[in-house]
Amino acid sequence: MQDSDLAAIALTARLAAVTTVVLLLLGTPLAWWLARSSSRLKGVVGALVTLPLVLPPAVLGFYLLVLLGPEGPGGRLTQALGLGLLPFTFGGLVLASVIYSLPFVVQPLQQAFAAIGSEALEAAATLRASPTDAFFSVALPLAAPGFLTAAVLGFAHTVGEFGVVLMMGGNIPGKTQVLSMAIYNHVEALDYASAHRLAGGMLAFSFAVLLLLYGRGWRRTP
Amino acid sequence: MSLQARFELDYPGFSLDVDLELPGQGVTALFGPSGCGKTTLLRCMAGLSRASAGRLVVNGETWQDANAFRPVHLRPLGYVFQEANLFAHLSIRRNLEYGLSRLAQAARRVQFERAVELLGIAHLLERRPAGLSGGERQRVAIARTLLTSPRLLLMDEPLAALDAARKGEFLPYLERLHAELDIPVVYVTHAPDEVARLADHIVVMKAGRALASGPLTETLARLDLPIRLGEDAGVVLGAVVAERDTHWHLARVAFDGGSLWVRDGGQPIGAPVRVRILARDVGIALAPVQGISIQNCLPASVDALGEDGHAALCLARLHVGRSPLLARVTRRAAHALALAPGQPVWVLIKAVALIG
Repeated sequence: MQDSDLAAIALTARLAAVTTVVLLLLGTPLAWWLARSSSRLKGVVGALVTLPLVLPPAVLGFYLLVLLGPEGPGGRLTQALGLGLLPFTFGGLVLASVIYSLPFVVQPLQQAFAAIGSEALEAAATLRASPTDAFFSVALPLAAPGFLTAAVLGFAHTVGEFGVVLMMGGNIPGKTQVLSMAIYNHVEALDYASAHRLAGGMLAFSFAVLLLLYGRGWRRTP
Repeated sequence: MSLQARFELDYPGFSLDVDLELPGQGVTALFGPSGCGKTTLLRCMAGLSRASAGRLVVNGETWQDANAFRPVHLRPLGYVFQEANLFAHLSIRRNLEYGLSRLAQAARRVQFERAVELLGIAHLLERRPAGLSGGERQRVAIARTLLTSPRLLLMDEPLAALDAARKGEFLPYLERLHAELDIPVVYVTHAPDEVARLADHIVVMKAGRALASGPLTETLARLDLPIRLGEDAGVVLGAVVAERDTHWHLARVAFDGGSLWVRDGGQPIGAPVRVRILARDVGIALAPVQGISIQNCLPASVDALGEDGHAALCLARLHVGRSPLLARVTRRAAHALALAPGQPVWVLIKAVALIG
């Protein structure tokens, strides 16, 4: 396997790992709020979170590029903050991936929190647990399967992205060239053998991930 | 020792407006049909639902008034839900320790072993909630609540999710609780037999209002508001087993004003029991009656006569000693006997249900 391929694999793994951690940190309070709130804003926020699911990745990547580019408001902000410009950097990839994979993390978490219902939390309150205490001692453990699903889906979905990272990252070998782009490059160069190695690996990885998720489900059914 | 509870709350299609003064000890039953606001009132007392206007003072300590609202987890109360609401991710032992561990050492007044023994759940400690029956789960829930050493125990139809057989198994545990722990209990139910067995005080609710609130025996004997505990009006009297006739399988239970022969329920002499006497099972005579199969014939005095469901009938409120009694007789019979307040009569009690 070529060095550029190995670099692409390493970069992809790093990107997916960082993205998943960021998503779990961001997605948990967001999902908790979506599952428990009766606010009117809930519909709007829910729709925004789900948007990346239906939007063509290229559209998302295009707008991120415009927004965070040197002339965009986001770009001006990051420059003012001394962060420089995000497009074509690892930070930019993470930001794009976080937005792109958001629904894959928030939705399983939201469903897991909703499934707990208010009863267990009310019981915790009557047993002297403050809301924060009850969140960590009751809600989080009961939602644990949802966290596993969210983490696996978030990771796998980030590994598999193409359009967004192409727009935001720009296919720079060793810097922003992720796996899917490496495959694309091999195909463009008619190097089908290399493309096969990477694509086959992706196929096996995706299947293994889903097997892990669904296999758990089967075992739990009596 | 008292509980002052005033709550006003408006939901679409339902409003709650109660102002109650309840005893600070014993079991108070909130009794009424489904949808009358019993559970809502209980949730307001717990702080789980927030009333638009509310005041709750528990034995001198203000938990809630116009200026302050103490959140649920800072109220020293116990709450038993209709469903046990055990934490599925914790073993029974860890469930029991959940509230206990959040209590300062000095505040722990109920021992772990004591609660486990009282509810008979020692054999379940290492199991998970999913493997327990409904009755076992509810016993664990009650023990878990007791371990927080509550100063007020709120129970929302704890038997509702159990079938008749499980209820029968479960009620004795509640009676032990009642007898052995000195915690005021507010108990929501629509089941007459639970009121008859457990309550000392009753609040009768209808459409978000409290129709009546008072000691069980007196309240059940009210003529202005005949409260049907189930199919018929009647009273519940506290009594003590005084004598057992093993030959005829009968027991004599003494109450404040006399004693009654009832079917022997197996309780030892000296055991506190309750008897329920329905108005339809009580007859009135002007003189003691001989040569009759009815065994319980007691001197009584008429207090008042009141309306009953049918124009042909009336309810007579009497007292035997200091215990009130209701009797249903026809208006013609009342007229023929010239029943009037203060009149001494004899009551013939055809059937007495021994409960608990």
